[in-house]
Amino acid sequence: MAEVLVLVEHADGEPKKVTAELLTLARSLGEASAVFLGAPGTYAKAKDYLAQYGASTVYVVESEDVSDYVVAPVAEVLAKLVTDKAPAAVLTAATPDAREAAARTAAKTGSGLIWDAVGLTPELAATQGIFGGSTIVTSKVTKGTPIFAVRPNTTTPEAAPTTPVEEKVDITISDSARSAKILDRVVEAKSGRPDLTEAQIVVSGGRGLGAAEHFALVEKLADTLGAAVGASRAATDAGWYPHQNQVGQTGKTVSPQLYIAVGISGAIQHRAGMQTSKTIVAINKDPEAPIFEFADYGIVGDLFNVVPQLTDAVEKHKA
Amino acid sequence: MNIVVTVKQVPDTWAEKKLDPATGTTDRKSVDNVMNEMDEYGVEEALKIKEAHGGEVTVVTMGPEKALETVRKALSMGADKAVHITDEALAGSDALQTSAALAKVISTLSPDIVITATEASDARGGVMGALLAERLGFPQLTQARKVTVDPGAGTVRIERQADNGYALVEASTPVVVGVVEKINQPRYPSFKGIMAAKKKPLTTLSVADAGLAADTVGLANAGSTVADAKPAPPRQSGTIVKDEGDGGTKAAEFLAAQKLI
Repeated sequence: MAEVLVLVEHADGEPKKVTAELLTLARSLGEASAVFLGAPGTYAKAKDYLAQYGASTVYVVESEDVSDYVVAPVAEVLAKLVTDKAPAAVLTAATPDAREAAARTAAKTGSGLIWDAVGLTPELAATQGIFGGSTIVTSKVTKGTPIFAVRPNTTTPEAAPTTPVEEKVDITISDSARSAKILDRVVEAKSGRPDLTEAQIVVSGGRGLGAAEHFALVEKLADTLGAAVGASRAATDAGWYPHQNQVGQTGKTVSPQLYIAVGISGAIQHRAGMQTSKTIVAINKDPEAPIFEFADYGIVGDLFNVVPQLTDAVEKHKA
Repeated sequence: MNIVVTVKQVPDTWAEKKLDPATGTTDRKSVDNVMNEMDEYGVEEALKIKEAHGGEVTVVTMGPEKALETVRKALSMGADKAVHITDEALAGSDALQTSAALAKVISTLSPDIVITATEASDARGGVMGALLAERLGFPQLTQARKVTVDPGAGTVRIERQADNGYALVEASTPVVVGVVEKINQPRYPSFKGIMAAKKKPLTTLSVADAGLAADTVGLANAGSTVADAKPAPPRQSGTIVKDEGDGGTKAAEFLAAQKLI
């Protein structure tokens, strides 16, 4: 069976859930080969996870040359593997770093690239929801080795334990790929909440909250549900919540199992970032708010009453 | 500092966008087209660097004749000159082809800093900065939420946005910088700026003028092809209830019934 390369998404060696999703997807297309690139000593933390989700082979580069420079070294390794191993396809997560690596790999190998794929057939036809999910497109790569940046949360991970063959990739990262040096990594918000794009549940707040401090209501509900916190553009524009939490046309695109919109009207700008969520719950005092046209469950009411009550009820249910 | 900034004309984000069924590419005719909103941050950042360190800002775009409106907007914000790559043969080019065309033209401008926005609101690839860095052989300083230029040392330092904070990244010029939304507050073109823009130098390049091979550009030579496109089934509105004092409890019952909690 043809090999399908999967770029492992991880934080200091701890694999992210999307890695299991990509390995599961890769196994439906051929033989899954994981590509692990990280700082020295990080692979040990990923090893069991990659075996658990069915990687037949793991290509490993553990070096500061790949961890301390922006993206270019990752593309160099992937391009070498594309040339040496002639895989049927390359899968990466559609996260900012990985999609940049996917794009550079496509450029290096003269390949076509499809980003934000939400499904892939064994014939490598990719499904994408474009224009904020309003149009469903099926497309195929017509040049080189097909490269797909796959959106997190679109495949259900299935374990398939293996004993992977490990292969250290024999590569010297070029000087030009080591030109954008990472001097420091600064952690600002250690919320303990899941990543917005990976979360199963997202609770977002909007204009209806009225002030930055009222985001505490949204955070409390999110923490009760184990959810990530999002914000509408109106809320981030007002400076009530950090810009990186913005969900919408010019922010992040999420497709969780459950999306709870608190005080968000649901204009197209926001809808474009969340309408592929499995279940949408909306709380808004305006019965005419567009969000009620596509919510699965809507409560017309004062969020300052509804949200704390919902939080309490969820807590009680869980207890 | 010789600064190049890329801009793209896109369908207005407040409009419903559609694909042209004949080509499987974005229908740009049936909607209002505007400068990609994020590009305004790129133009603003270019102007700020010029104002702090001197130099010249050149706007580069690729697109149909109509895209000139977007070029004019960048010029009226304060950019000095513009290059417009336009040719029927370019229609339907994908991001990889577009990056090759832009890089070819940009390299003739000998820039110190190339600025691009993180993504355009139509295709939302988020890959142009990385691709330009790859094609030009420049260091990739993308996802930047803060840019600091040190002309003496010939270095550029950025804060690269991450989910939980940022990475501090440094490189020597020439560099490609990709800016995120909110890096600055883009200025509005002044009346004076709008008048001045009409007299600023504009170079128009065809595929041949730009030195691009005709058999590499356009839809026929793109790296992927659209087999099928259809509107997503519309989401149906579900149960909408008015809060009678027990709205939160009822919502929790709904979540429990759906096995979401």
